[in-house]
Amino acid sequence: MARYLLRRFISMILAIWVVATLTFFIMKALPGGPFAREKALPPSILANIEERYHLNDPLLTQYADYMVRLVKWDLGPSFKQKGRDVNEIITDHFPVSAQLGLSAVFLSLLIGIPAGIISALRQNKWQDQLAMFLSVIGVSVPSFVMATLLMYVFALKLGWLPAAMWGELKHMVLPTISLAGFPMAFVARLTRSSMLEVLQQDYIRTAKSKGLSQRVIIYRHALKNSLIPVITYLGPLVAGILTGSFVVEKIFAIPGLGRYFVQSINNRDYTVIMGITFFDSLLLVGLNFLVDLAYTLVDPRIRLMDGRK
Amino acid sequence: MYHDKVKLENAFRVGGSFRSLPFLNMKIGGNLMRRTTLVLVCLMVATALAASVFAAPAKDQTLTMNLGVAEPETLDPAKSTGVAESTILLNLHEGLTRLDKDGNPAPGIAEKWDISKDGKTYTFHLRNAKWNNGDPITAQDFEWSWKRALAPETMAEYAYQLWYIKGAQAYTEGTGKAADVAVKAINDRTLQVELNAPTGYWLSLCAFPTLLPVHPKTVEANPDKWFMSPKTYISAGPFKMTEWKHNSQLVLEKNPLYWDAKNVKLNKVVITLIDSQITELTMFETGELDYGDNPPPAEFPRLQKEKKLAISPYLGCYYYLLNVNVKPLSDVRVRHALSMAIDRTTITQITAGGQKPATAYVPFGIPDLKSGTDFRTAGGAYLKETAQVAEAKKLLADAGYADGKGFPTLSILYNTNEMHKTIAEAIQEMWKKNLGINVTLTNQEWGVYLESRNTGDYSVARAGWIGDYVDPMTFLDMWVTGGGNNDTNWGSPKYDELIKTVMNSGVQAERVKAMHAAEDILMKEMPIIPIYFYTRPYLMKPWVKDMIRLVTGHIDLKYSYIEAH
Repeated sequence: MARYLLRRFISMILAIWVVATLTFFIMKALPGGPFAREKALPPSILANIEERYHLNDPLLTQYADYMVRLVKWDLGPSFKQKGRDVNEIITDHFPVSAQLGLSAVFLSLLIGIPAGIISALRQNKWQDQLAMFLSVIGVSVPSFVMATLLMYVFALKLGWLPAAMWGELKHMVLPTISLAGFPMAFVARLTRSSMLEVLQQDYIRTAKSKGLSQRVIIYRHALKNSLIPVITYLGPLVAGILTGSFVVEKIFAIPGLGRYFVQSINNRDYTVIMGITFFDSLLLVGLNFLVDLAYTLVDPRIRLMDGRK
Repeated sequence: MYHDKVKLENAFRVGGSFRSLPFLNMKIGGNLMRRTTLVLVCLMVATALAASVFAAPAKDQTLTMNLGVAEPETLDPAKSTGVAESTILLNLHEGLTRLDKDGNPAPGIAEKWDISKDGKTYTFHLRNAKWNNGDPITAQDFEWSWKRALAPETMAEYAYQLWYIKGAQAYTEGTGKAADVAVKAINDRTLQVELNAPTGYWLSLCAFPTLLPVHPKTVEANPDKWFMSPKTYISAGPFKMTEWKHNSQLVLEKNPLYWDAKNVKLNKVVITLIDSQITELTMFETGELDYGDNPPPAEFPRLQKEKKLAISPYLGCYYYLLNVNVKPLSDVRVRHALSMAIDRTTITQITAGGQKPATAYVPFGIPDLKSGTDFRTAGGAYLKETAQVAEAKKLLADAGYADGKGFPTLSILYNTNEMHKTIAEAIQEMWKKNLGINVTLTNQEWGVYLESRNTGDYSVARAGWIGDYVDPMTFLDMWVTGGGNNDTNWGSPKYDELIKTVMNSGVQAERVKAMHAAEDILMKEMPIIPIYFYTRPYLMKPWVKDMIRLVTGHIDLKYSYIEAH
């Protein structure tokens, strides 16, 4: 186990380093920079600014400087939002994205798993048909279409909820539903197909012949195994959703990290791009690791090996 | 009382005129008449009262507005560049001057000023004004703030707005000292400024964000982050900052220590930070916003029909750049042919925002020599609003490309945007139909597009220019040979000389004459094809009153108020 953990840890660091390096060089290769303006800056002012931000240093020097600061968790100042450091930006805006994202994940699991179970138990009956029909819609309708539709109906036409902004519980309703649409549908389908497969297994037939009630069979025996695909999906899902959905955040004017990230690319805000990419990759790699650990809880047959039998 | 009663009764015993009022259909005289009159009088009084209530200001003087940005880049006046930031800054601060509703500089912190005979030295006399923490505003504060904006360490992108001052450019570029910048506080309330040349719009520039004063002690204590928190945001304008939730909203409240606070009627301004146009429109329609600066163009026809959209003038021109180094564009006849083949009226119908076809480069809205005249009107129309197909064809034939035969395929470059794409497609169609030439469309992301323009990696490119101040120079000085904003590779020694004359002259008549002559050359040479003059469509609820919308795109809320509704 210890060897596994060590190897895993090293490969995680390697993965993050590769992501950071690739992002740095691709970002620098993009035409334009943080100070490109339609009203061009006088050359002397532009030169002065680039000098002070070390943008004219040799590329490798900039890279080395940046990597050293990354390790110290000093992500630098934003070029565009003068007066804000990237660390501050992440501290201020990540909790908002996380709050929204976790609510969406929670909602999608709350509805998706039971829906999948019911569909599996009532296979091909009307409950199954309905659930699968809705899940096709959930998977096909993009979140921004869902978001605009919800805003139109519930804010503009019915006036039940505020159209946008963030701060109170009522602001969370529409964005959470918009974000949860796809994962909810996907989780339902995953649970259903996985549950169907598990229900075919020998040990389920044994449990039935033992006379166990359906309830016990489902919840004590079948569910845990059928959740393995869902857990696999959960890792990248949570990482992706926590880092913020740019579209939903922009539409509902939510001060999250996703909106910041995409804007920083347009602005060629190098430090913000690098900082958020680094943070996101930490999150993704970490969550994937947690998913692997979770497997052992769910299925004792899965043991974390270092690769050798 | 008795006498009054008798008087009242007597008042109605007039000849026979009151006796027959058929429409009243009742017996005239005595009690009934009195009662009717009383009712009428009460009705009149009630109507007057109601009218005064409805025209009266609302109890809650809070304005909720959206400026179309997700977050101001900075609220440090020296470092700010965007239009939305400028609007916020103009309401938080006050400069030496403040532009009035006609865009003319009116006294701000400076009560009055003297201008030397040669037009180069300005002496400002400051009034007894205070910062919003109670400290007095001094001339030293102005000197400190302007020198800070010029300092190379500050990295202010708009430092060049102060380069009109003697010694300023050298200081920013590192070849001069701060002490040699010709702005000096003679005493606490007198500021003296020496310019390189008489600059007619210097007083307007004094209202510009970069020249707004900051509180030296506060800024020195925290130069990078003083503006981030309401606690340290010391300013001297009509409003003060009370809350800033990043990416969410900014709240301003009336500044009781403002020198003209008695004329400020709004108590609170909530600026939402929404950058999605659809969301802004939806919030306006649900009533959550009183004002929106950034409505979606796709909705303009519907909004115009429903009378929800308002249009205000904007000092800007939408035009196409022509790279004169690219083969057929080096021929001035080709450039004119391309310009004449465009039907500008059709383009303004596509944009659907009340824009006017451009008849030259400098837009309407800048005064000419005599007050009440307009530079554009005086300069005349160099371009027609509809396409001049026959003439265009002839010019193209003269240049050797009759009916477009042999004409190389050019490309129209634009940055990713629905409206730019639609306009480019329309012009592509017009050139094909009217001239028989083929052009392709190239869509690039903003940063890539700017780079392509700067490096000359284009043949035809879309561009737009908004004026910084109300003087034709903000439009004309771009096109000097090798100018940083001149991406056309075009130049003309005569043009350059005329621009120099304008910059060095103190005589307005001479300046105006030279500017018209310069525009004349620009239009004869046509390195750019002006297409339409910008407007600013906006959404505003009818109870928002007296909002000053300057043609530079800035909004002044000093005199605004909310009517009862």
